[in-house]
Amino acid sequence: MQFESFAEFIDMGGYAFYVWLAYGITFFSLGTLIVVSARQKKKVLAEIAKKIQREERLKENRGNKQ
Amino acid sequence: MKKGLSFRQAFFTLLKRDLQIAVRHKGDIFNPLLFFVLVVTLFPLGIGPEPQVLSRVAPGIIWVAALLASMLSLERLFKADFVDGSLEQMLLSPQPLPLMVLAKVLAHWLLTGVPLILVAPLLAVLLHLETNSYGALMATLALGTPVLSLLGAIGVALTVGLRKGGVLLSLLILPLYIPVLIFATSAIDAAGLNLPYDGQLAIIAAMLVGSLTLAPFAIGASLRVSTN
Amino acid sequence: MWKWLHSYADPERAYKLAGKLLPWFSAIALGMIGVGSIWGLMFAPVDYQQGDSYRIIFIHVPAASMSMSAYMAMASSAFIGLVWQIKAADWAAAAIAPVGAVLTFIALITGATWGKPMWGTWWVWDARLTSELVLLFLYLGVISLYAAFEDKVLAARAAGILAIVGVINIPIIKYSVEWWNSLHQPATIKITEESSMPMEMLAPLLINILGFGVMIGAITLVRFRAEILARNGMRPWVRELAKAEGVK
Repeated sequence: MQFESFAEFIDMGGYAFYVWLAYGITFFSLGTLIVVSARQKKKVLAEIAKKIQREERLKENRGNKQ
Repeated sequence: MKKGLSFRQAFFTLLKRDLQIAVRHKGDIFNPLLFFVLVVTLFPLGIGPEPQVLSRVAPGIIWVAALLASMLSLERLFKADFVDGSLEQMLLSPQPLPLMVLAKVLAHWLLTGVPLILVAPLLAVLLHLETNSYGALMATLALGTPVLSLLGAIGVALTVGLRKGGVLLSLLILPLYIPVLIFATSAIDAAGLNLPYDGQLAIIAAMLVGSLTLAPFAIGASLRVSTN
Repeated sequence: MWKWLHSYADPERAYKLAGKLLPWFSAIALGMIGVGSIWGLMFAPVDYQQGDSYRIIFIHVPAASMSMSAYMAMASSAFIGLVWQIKAADWAAAAIAPVGAVLTFIALITGATWGKPMWGTWWVWDARLTSELVLLFLYLGVISLYAAFEDKVLAARAAGILAIVGVINIPIIKYSVEWWNSLHQPATIKITEESSMPMEMLAPLLINILGFGVMIGAITLVRFRAEILARNGMRPWVRELAKAEGVK
């Protein structure tokens, strides 16, 4: 352990702002990327499911008319 | 086209056709040139009229304006042919596509690059370019503008089928223009200081040779994608 | 061997394989980046010149080195997709591009936050910074070209050609920027070289570089799976999956 106390760790030898800004932006942008990527799959599947439902409704309607 | 058209005949037929079309639409030649002149004249108004400052930044201004003018004029390189369907005819013809593409790019360079080179000394006077630098300016433009046309044509070929190609085009090709810009301006700077600049010229010439051999194939492949 | 490889070009098998690999990649990436970052932040010794600000290196260098590798990976898979007409390779290239762009962005931002305390300015036209910026533009070009086409088969081919053209140009751009830099750069600014790094600093750095590599793999797998589903929406197995998972 390089730091005596937790407060010293947060202070980063006076460079707290820069170090934590760098780490913050990095993990924030990576997190956003991961969340967006993970949602992509759900979105695609939901779209396909909607399409299938629409097709089925069309089929049913056609069946009713005949 | 006749059946037994040799490669050379095909090349020159296409070149002649493009030149004739351009001569009929004179705006295609003059508008990029006018743009080039206007951009250059805006700079002294923006940064002040001191001759020392202007002669310091003149190579960069002239070259950046040349990049923008070349990009602007490139947009129409394949557009008309794409719209009226003659591009597809070209793709279907038995002549090799890279050759045809090269003819089109050459026509484009003759129509926009050469006038630009001819106007450049005039603008250099306006910007108080060092007297030693004129030769370097002409040489770099002569070697560099064909590279711009060739590299730019790749981007144009990729975006020709898209409706909103304009802004995208700048994003695609301006990064590829960076090396030309760097070496050209540094050659002009070196000439201004009475230093040898043949090294920079040799590198630009190497880029010209490289893009001359590789770019037609990339342009051809891109056109096949775009017209699909 | 080719036959074995080709069987994974089948979308369903590629999707399932990616799904099987994903937990491993995620776990390894999470573990390595966690260990590397905590080690780097808390246990690595203080640099005698730069103080604690040097701890940005543990994310800056991995992001920067991986941003270039990701571009190479994207261009290689685009090349495979173009030459051998393997669609899965096209999808992989499309999946890597945004990941690489984000990494390049991170490399630039962390470079700036490191530059401010060390050089006194957020941005200098340093060779490495400049070529990283150009790399970001190349990524954005590929991504927006891919997004501009409605037909994603064509989009993948067009973006692939652009990626390959970019790969040919990257060394030229890098060389020219470095050369330009040595011409214009006042010699006052120097990045302290990390070659003479003691082991206690080097180890977390290497762990993080590897961790970032695995993490790119993991995020790419996630995006790759979504890309497969989106491009194969009409296949029966995708429809089954959509019926099972997509309905809310």
